[in-house]
Amino acid sequence: MMNSKPVEKNVISKKIDNFFLDFYSATQFIIRFFKELFVPPYEVKEIIKQCYEIGYKSLFLISLTGFITGLVFTKQSRPSLSEFGATSWLPSLVAIAIIRALAPLVTALICAGKVGSNIAAELGSMKVTEQIDAMEVSAVNPFKFLVVSRVLATTIMIPLLMFYAGFVAMMGAYLNVHQNEMTSFITFFQQAFQKISFLDIFSSLAKSIVYGFTIGIVGCYKGFHAKNGTEGVGKAANLSVVLSMFLIFIEEILIVQITNSIRY
Amino acid sequence: MEANNEITGADDIVISIKGLYKAFGDNEVLRGVDLDVHNKENVAVLGRSGTGKSVLIKIICGLLKPDAGQVNVLGQEVELLNDKELQQLRLQIGFSFQSSALYDSMTVRENLAFPLVRHAKHLTRKEVKEQIERVLNEVGLIQTINQMPSELSGGQRKRIGIARTLILRPKIMLYDEPTSGLDPITSIEINNLINQVKHTFNTTSIIITHDLTCAKTTGDTVAMLYEGKFIKKGTFDEVFASDDERIQHFYKYNFIT
Repeated sequence: MMNSKPVEKNVISKKIDNFFLDFYSATQFIIRFFKELFVPPYEVKEIIKQCYEIGYKSLFLISLTGFITGLVFTKQSRPSLSEFGATSWLPSLVAIAIIRALAPLVTALICAGKVGSNIAAELGSMKVTEQIDAMEVSAVNPFKFLVVSRVLATTIMIPLLMFYAGFVAMMGAYLNVHQNEMTSFITFFQQAFQKISFLDIFSSLAKSIVYGFTIGIVGCYKGFHAKNGTEGVGKAANLSVVLSMFLIFIEEILIVQITNSIRY
Repeated sequence: MEANNEITGADDIVISIKGLYKAFGDNEVLRGVDLDVHNKENVAVLGRSGTGKSVLIKIICGLLKPDAGQVNVLGQEVELLNDKELQQLRLQIGFSFQSSALYDSMTVRENLAFPLVRHAKHLTRKEVKEQIERVLNEVGLIQTINQMPSELSGGQRKRIGIARTLILRPKIMLYDEPTSGLDPITSIEINNLINQVKHTFNTTSIIITHDLTCAKTTGDTVAMLYEGKFIKKGTFDEVFASDDERIQHFYKYNFIT
């Protein structure tokens, strides 16, 4: 133990120092997640509960946004394609857009808003009302119970929601195509999946796993480090949404670059 | 503490604190605190808000790390324990939070079951149920078993918070402002409960409070904390018989308010 109080001085400036300290703290948080992930006891009940909360309770919102996305994208693409007499390409075009980009991105952004903020607010309020400390002093590992279970649940459920969103969006697209061209359900999906490769589905899956992990870890990190009472809880929820969305777009660019370098 | 050493002897110290120092930035909260707590002794730590009372008990259970000094609990240096050892030690410490800190998303039953099912895995469902009901009976709130924390009054929440710590049969109880925010009658009930816990569970306790009635009723020994240091220790009457202006001011201020 030290015998005198350490003197704290800024290395560069307070803001820049805080940025690097926060970055270091977030890195430690992620490392701790992977360490705790494989160490028993496993909070299976809590993981299942969180999967239900995150997955099942997001279904309505995902259904609505997915359907509208598919419908509107098809509607907006039609005039451009019809100029070249290429409306028969519509199912393939829509399928590529939905599976490669729209389904993972729309699901992730909706979940960043709904799930990420919810996690940050819940953990934040537990932090400021000393519930996390109460867990710790009763010799229960709050990180394992609260963080590991939630991050695992988002990492599992967001890919499943992404596939569901993709399916619903395709149904929206089919509705529009059927309305205009009287295309049958089977023909539409045959045309749609003609241009879809294994790499498209695999990259979407990889994306949604990364997005799910990002949403979970950012929400938990911001909630776990909330301070200054109820104001801090609001800030944590807000920051978790902003930061998750920002990171999702950065990850989107990186994964698209990697996928394209494999594809071409 | 000298007064108590005569009764209990110096060899049964359960909590020993030496030269404890803690600061948050420029704010020096604890500035060389020394305290010995003996087996089955209730020590009431009195002091104004912001004098570091809560920080002291958070350091004892390892929630905060001190900047300097030694904290020995049940023969173990808290600072030197690894995570597993600290968890083992915490099983023997009950902490009653000022805000009660009940888990909002769980019923009273689930709040009590939460630590029990994780630390007493040999218990059957029936035994867990029996233990929960027994502890709730001891705090007189069995009727709230299926209620959510939001449906409870302040006093009930405090009692359930205490029940949740008692379910693991701790040797040490740390109470953080047990009567703050409660009406005088509920405060008396909580003070009685603290004494009842001592006698039923044979616990050693530290009670953090700024309530003189609470300190007088529950504390075998009273320690007055002022600006991060203990300025007087002894029985309640010994402490407040002092001519020290700071103690007299605290005494008068309590009665005026």
